[in-house]
Amino acid sequence: MAKVLVVTSGKGGVGKTTSTAALGAALAQAGEKVVVVDFDVGLRNLDLVMGAERRVVFDFINVIQGEAKLQQALIRDKRLDTLCLLPASQTRDKDALTEAGVARILAELREKFDWVICDSPAGIERGAALAMRHADVAVVVTNPEVSSVRDSDRIIGLLDSKTERAERGERMEKHLLLTRYDPIRAERGEMLKIDDVLEILSIPLLGIVPESEEVLRASNVGSPVTLNSPVSAPARAYMDAARRLKGEALDIVVPKDRKSLLGKLFGRRAA
Amino acid sequence: MNLMSFFARRTSAPVARERLQILLAHERVLVSGEPDLVAVLREQILALVARHVSVDQDRVRVQMNRDATASTLEIEVELPAPSGARIARA
Repeated sequence: MAKVLVVTSGKGGVGKTTSTAALGAALAQAGEKVVVVDFDVGLRNLDLVMGAERRVVFDFINVIQGEAKLQQALIRDKRLDTLCLLPASQTRDKDALTEAGVARILAELREKFDWVICDSPAGIERGAALAMRHADVAVVVTNPEVSSVRDSDRIIGLLDSKTERAERGERMEKHLLLTRYDPIRAERGEMLKIDDVLEILSIPLLGIVPESEEVLRASNVGSPVTLNSPVSAPARAYMDAARRLKGEALDIVVPKDRKSLLGKLFGRRAA
Repeated sequence: MNLMSFFARRTSAPVARERLQILLAHERVLVSGEPDLVAVLREQILALVARHVSVDQDRVRVQMNRDATASTLEIEVELPAPSGARIARA
C-alpha cells in the first residue's frame, strides 16, 4: 500500500527540500520505490538539490494539463533506479496546480510507487495546502528557533483540519524532524532543547539532524546527503528517520560527526 | 550589571521557550476557535485579580508546562503595595 508523505514546515529555509531529497534517497537506498514531487511552482529547487536540473523536460503542470504523460515527466535518478523525481514548473502560474489535477496525479503515483514524498513550498497558501491535502503522513521540519516552532505549530493545526484525512475524521500521522540542531549550543542554554520543542509541539520525534557542513556540500554538488556522504552525521540521522518511517523502532540519538584530529583542532573553521 | 543578570543574559533558550508557550496557547485559540483550557484559566485568573487591584500587565509572569500526563500553570503577579513599594509574588 503506497504512502503519501508531505514534508512541510510553514517557514522557509528550514530544510524541507534537503530533507525531501535525503529521506527519499534513504528510502530508495533501502529498496523502496520512491517518487519525490516538487510542489513549489515558480520556485522549484528539488531538481537542483537532486542534481537533475538539466534533465527536466516536462513538469507536474504539463501532466495536470494533459500536455505530457506522467511517464514523460518523471525523471529517474542516475544513482538509484528506484528513485524518481516529478519536478514543479518554473514558469507557470501556481494557480495551474488544481485540486482535481493534483488528486489525479497522486492517485496515479500511488499505483507505481511505495512512497510519494511531496515537497511543500513555504507558507500556508495554495501550494502548501495542496501538498498536504492528500497526505497519509506528515513530516514537520523544524529548526530549534522561535519563528520556526511557531510556524510548525500553525502547520500542525492545518494538518489536523484541512487535509482529506482530517476531514474524513481520520488521524493524520505527524512526525517532527528537528534540523540544524547544535547540541553544544542547546546544552549551553543558547538554543531550544529537543525536549522544549517536543513539549511545545507535542508530536512524536522522527529524528534530529545536527547542523553540519555536509548538508551544504551535498547540495553544492546536487546529491542527497545520504548518498553524497553516507557516514556523515546528517546522513545517519536521515537514514534512521527513513527506517522509523518504515515502522522500525530505533532509539533516537543525536548523531555526531567523527572529526579528525585536525578537524577537532580547527573546529568550525574547516568548511 | 550584577552577577545574576550576567547569567540570565547567557541563557536565552528558556526565554524562547516561555515566549513560545504563551504565544502558541493564545494563537491556537484564535485559529481553532476552540478555547485552550490553560489559556482560558490564565485570562480568567488575571481578570479576577484585576477586579480587586490594578495589575500592570508587564508585572505579570505566566508560565505553562505541558507533558503527557499533566499541564501546570504558574502565574506570578506583582501587586502594588499600599505604601507605594512593590511586593513580589501573590
